[in-house]
Amino acid sequence: MGEKILMKGNEVIGEAALRAGCRHYFGYPITPQTEIAHYMAKRMPEEGGTFLQAESEVAAINMVYGAASAGVRVMTSSSSPGISLKQEGISYASCAELPAVVVNIVRTGPGLGGILPAQCDYFQAVKGGGHGDYKMVVLAPCSVQELYELTVEAFNISDKYRILSMIMGDGILGQMMEPVEFKDKEEIIKVDKNWAVTGSKMERQNNVITSIYIDPEKMEDHNLKLQAKYKAIEENEVRVETYNCENADVIVAAFGTVARIIKNVITMAEKEGIKVGLIRPITLWPFPDNEFQKYADVPKAFLTVEMNAGQMVEDVRMAVNGKKPVHFYGRMGGMIPTQQDILNKIKEILKG
Amino acid sequence: MPKVFERPHALKDVSMHYCPGCTHGIVHRLIAEVIDELQIEGKTVGISPVGCTYNNYEYFNCDMVQAAHGRAPAVGTGVKRANPDNVVFTYQGDGDLAAIGTAEIVHAAARGEKITTIFVNNAIYGMTSGQMAPTTLLNQVTMTTPFGRNSESHGFPIKVCEMLSTLEGVVYLERVAVNDIKNIKNAKQAIKKAFQIQLANKGFSLVEILSTCPTNWGLNPIESLKWLQDNMMPHYPLGNFKGKDLEV
Repeated sequence: MGEKILMKGNEVIGEAALRAGCRHYFGYPITPQTEIAHYMAKRMPEEGGTFLQAESEVAAINMVYGAASAGVRVMTSSSSPGISLKQEGISYASCAELPAVVVNIVRTGPGLGGILPAQCDYFQAVKGGGHGDYKMVVLAPCSVQELYELTVEAFNISDKYRILSMIMGDGILGQMMEPVEFKDKEEIIKVDKNWAVTGSKMERQNNVITSIYIDPEKMEDHNLKLQAKYKAIEENEVRVETYNCENADVIVAAFGTVARIIKNVITMAEKEGIKVGLIRPITLWPFPDNEFQKYADVPKAFLTVEMNAGQMVEDVRMAVNGKKPVHFYGRMGGMIPTQQDILNKIKEILKG
Repeated sequence: MPKVFERPHALKDVSMHYCPGCTHGIVHRLIAEVIDELQIEGKTVGISPVGCTYNNYEYFNCDMVQAAHGRAPAVGTGVKRANPDNVVFTYQGDGDLAAIGTAEIVHAAARGEKITTIFVNNAIYGMTSGQMAPTTLLNQVTMTTPFGRNSESHGFPIKVCEMLSTLEGVVYLERVAVNDIKNIKNAKQAIKKAFQIQLANKGFSLVEILSTCPTNWGLNPIESLKWLQDNMMPHYPLGNFKGKDLEV
């Protein structure tokens, strides 16, 4: 058993990164994730690492690009408008197959939006917010404990596949304090980074990190290689939690903070004789299609609840593939769906 | 017979793609000679830009990272912070460094990032076929200033060395040209000093190199060298702006 301490979500992300062997952090302040930078500014020097406050999000992600090219574990963090600025570097790093962790503690949008929690960056995260055909592994924790565990896991997945991983939380998760149990020692996968630019020492051929292939055949070959990698990740790295789905009248799909609310809705509904199940995608990409197909015959209908205008619902509809109706309930602007509102929506669906 | 002249080891034995009369090839060679002389090939990491020299990783015999437009100083920062023992240089043109990447170069310089920037200024965008650069001279005709650059509509050319010389993090700053033998020799000394500054761990160093673009200037190679001397040099005076007397 490791130590159990009360910690703020954002700070846990920083501590988890350190425990995963990350010694390089490049970022730029933005609410509601700034405590990650505060934490790193103090802890990185203590651990002999680099904390650098970049001049912009664009610079920060490109510093990540450089450090990842040099073979070290590296992280950046931001919130929605800042992540938009990082999209350029995210696309380049994806093409160059650089492993790194990007944290997005989502706030409301579009534009400068507001600073309250939201889930409105789902499309941007899972469908490719930057240009080109690329994917990131997107992990959506729903507790401070999971922020810790999935941050460590994100580094391992990134190194294993040479891919960017995103931790996508929201302002509630980032700002809340919960007890978190740290392991005494993390399992850090060791991979050969013989591709990294570290100086050849005149002992090997030169390494080149690039994202440009002017020759169309080479560019297509590289794209095919990327797609094959994404397929392998889809087959091996899906994470999902299912709860109470076996005899459910309605199965709710929700991720992150909203999934916690659904667990209370399930208890409320039970008292009224309504059986509600939950499928909680933990990896938003790769999406747990199989889990939805597995339970597609069980409920009368599915309901997706999100803090946005309806984004993950599209993936749920594709996964359910017309077998059952898929309804949507969402709030925006930093408004949080209440248990009663969600229960009312479930009753409305069952009434037909 | 002993060899008195040969290709530097840090430069690969391949044909370059540059236009006839373009001076990128000379600048590449000077950097490679310096890498050889300082015996740092095995610890050097170069950062390639966008533009005409996007693929100079095919020419330099050292580890290289190709960066997004303007972001080379940020990428170089990441590489250097990850492995401080590496010698990191960025190779950037005027569009890359003085337009889209202005923030990155200014802040890498202000931080005193221990990297070396080779800044090639030919007063025009080359690869995208001759548009106005931040360094395009007043009255200079380009594809996007067909009646000549005028300050009222297009603003004034940016003097990068003068601008960066105000920053405390900059340790060495020199403007050179590659239009004749004497200046080419001076350019090599400046490049060498800039790398030595980094090896001595002193801070940020940059060498601005006035260069030609015969294709997009619409001049032949000989005329281009003269145009550089007659038009660029008066506006961009050669010389040291910082760190001249620094011992390394």
